[in-house]
Amino acid sequence: MDLFQYDFMLRALVGALVIGLAAPALGIYLVQRRLALIGDGIGHVALTGVGAGLLLNRSPVLVAVIAATLGAIVIELVRSRGRTSGDLALALLFYGGIAGGVMLVGLSDASNASLNAYLFGSLTTTSPADLTTIAVLGVAILVTMLVLRPALFAVCHDEEYARVSGLPVRALNMLIAVTTAVTVTIAMRAVGVLLISALMVVPVATAQQVTRGFRTTMAAAMALGLLAAGGGVLVAATADTAPGASVVLLAIASFLVVALAAAGWRALRRHRTPHPAPATEPPEVVLR
Amino acid sequence: MNAPVIEIAHAAVGYDGRPVLRDVSLTVTAGEVVAVLGANGSGKSTLIRAVLGLVPLTAGSVTLFGSPQRRFRQWRRIGYVPQRLGAGSGVPATVGEVVASGRLARRGVLRPPGRADREAVAAALRAVGLADRAGDPVATLSGGQQQRTLIARALAGEPELLVLDEPTAGVDAASQEAFAGALRGFVAGSGTVLLVAHELGPLRPLISRAVVVHQGGIAHDGPVPEPAGHHAEPDHDHVHPHCDEEPAGLWSM
Repeated sequence: MDLFQYDFMLRALVGALVIGLAAPALGIYLVQRRLALIGDGIGHVALTGVGAGLLLNRSPVLVAVIAATLGAIVIELVRSRGRTSGDLALALLFYGGIAGGVMLVGLSDASNASLNAYLFGSLTTTSPADLTTIAVLGVAILVTMLVLRPALFAVCHDEEYARVSGLPVRALNMLIAVTTAVTVTIAMRAVGVLLISALMVVPVATAQQVTRGFRTTMAAAMALGLLAAGGGVLVAATADTAPGASVVLLAIASFLVVALAAAGWRALRRHRTPHPAPATEPPEVVLR
Repeated sequence: MNAPVIEIAHAAVGYDGRPVLRDVSLTVTAGEVVAVLGANGSGKSTLIRAVLGLVPLTAGSVTLFGSPQRRFRQWRRIGYVPQRLGAGSGVPATVGEVVASGRLARRGVLRPPGRADREAVAAALRAVGLADRAGDPVATLSGGQQQRTLIARALAGEPELLVLDEPTAGVDAASQEAFAGALRGFVAGSGTVLLVAHELGPLRPLISRAVVVHQGGIAHDGPVPEPAGHHAEPDHDHVHPHCDEEPAGLWSM
């Protein structure tokens, strides 16, 4: 296609596809343990890293990886303590992260445009070096999530059982936290810190409308992520829209279509087949 | 005398400074089927959670298969059946996938499942009568069938000791019978069982010894006590809320 005769468009597409595949592979574990919005929080923290990088004239992405990883470790420690005050600690971290980022970017010589690039993504400015970073880290995330799937599934499904199974629960939890931080920072270039959580979570939400098992949900979510990322870049290139927003809106559109179709299909089946007698549970109380 | 499997010596547990168990000592030897009985809030669930290291001891010690619990690493010898599957996540999982995670203690984190693993999962599903439901999402099962799934998960690891937390609470009669059958098979294979129960129901003939926990201490250790008063009426049905013993954190599972 002639749209992709330009190198920067090709790089944008490849970067988006890698992220589209890797983000849901990690996101499914976050959804499973009901931490769907954690990516958003870590994105906020990563922004402080971007600001610090711009201010210190260091690579913003590299400093963001460090900041996001530290933030993810703090969040994981708060989560594993399981205290109710934890959500206040998380709120402090999230809003401290984004406010720190905005302030540091303001103090540096960078323009508002570069803040926007990190907030909402700027795929078309992906350099060859950026693409290498995205590809290497993306493949590493993908391989880790696939190879460790049984163990990560066990930990996210029933953490106490995993502990009694002798699994290295703390190490696996840390791995998920650190992987989330890395995913957020590489995807920052594509969809931006404010939208990255969508690419981790929305394909999983779409897939589980129609799937029955964990493995099939993971495979379907990865396929949907790939489609949304590829399609989003295509839409952005043809209609000249923001790539990050296009990718996310496409993912949400497919969620709506699949959710409506699944609901319609269920209603149709209910209509056709007569209701089986509901399984009787034993009475909880004896009424005299 | 058989080898001791669980040795609890002068154990004490407290949540936030509030004592739940005090000076509890109990030894379970290989081949025994021990039921821990007691009222809600007596500390019976805490007792088995302390055995498994899920709650820390404030005093005393727990020894598993001859090793101090802190240094115990042979978790494949233990199968744990929690009271119920957590609130359940949004992501669907099939019965087969949940039961397969029972093989991890034996297989390790990195090794992919092999034929022995698949056979053990199939055998465990047959033992609890759910072989035909392996591909169904767990969330579509009844409470009793979900409980049987958790028992199959523990059996799939081919453990020597089964630790069960109220396995029959709120479970329909068919599932209670299926469960008793699975446990009978496990005991016949010279397995050891420690289970917490509110009522024994069809498990009663299997129990070799009963321990009654009352106000954080052991009030009785010996044969299964006869039900008293209105508890002994055949149509008596217990009504009790399931309350968490720990405050559940917002981010906990």
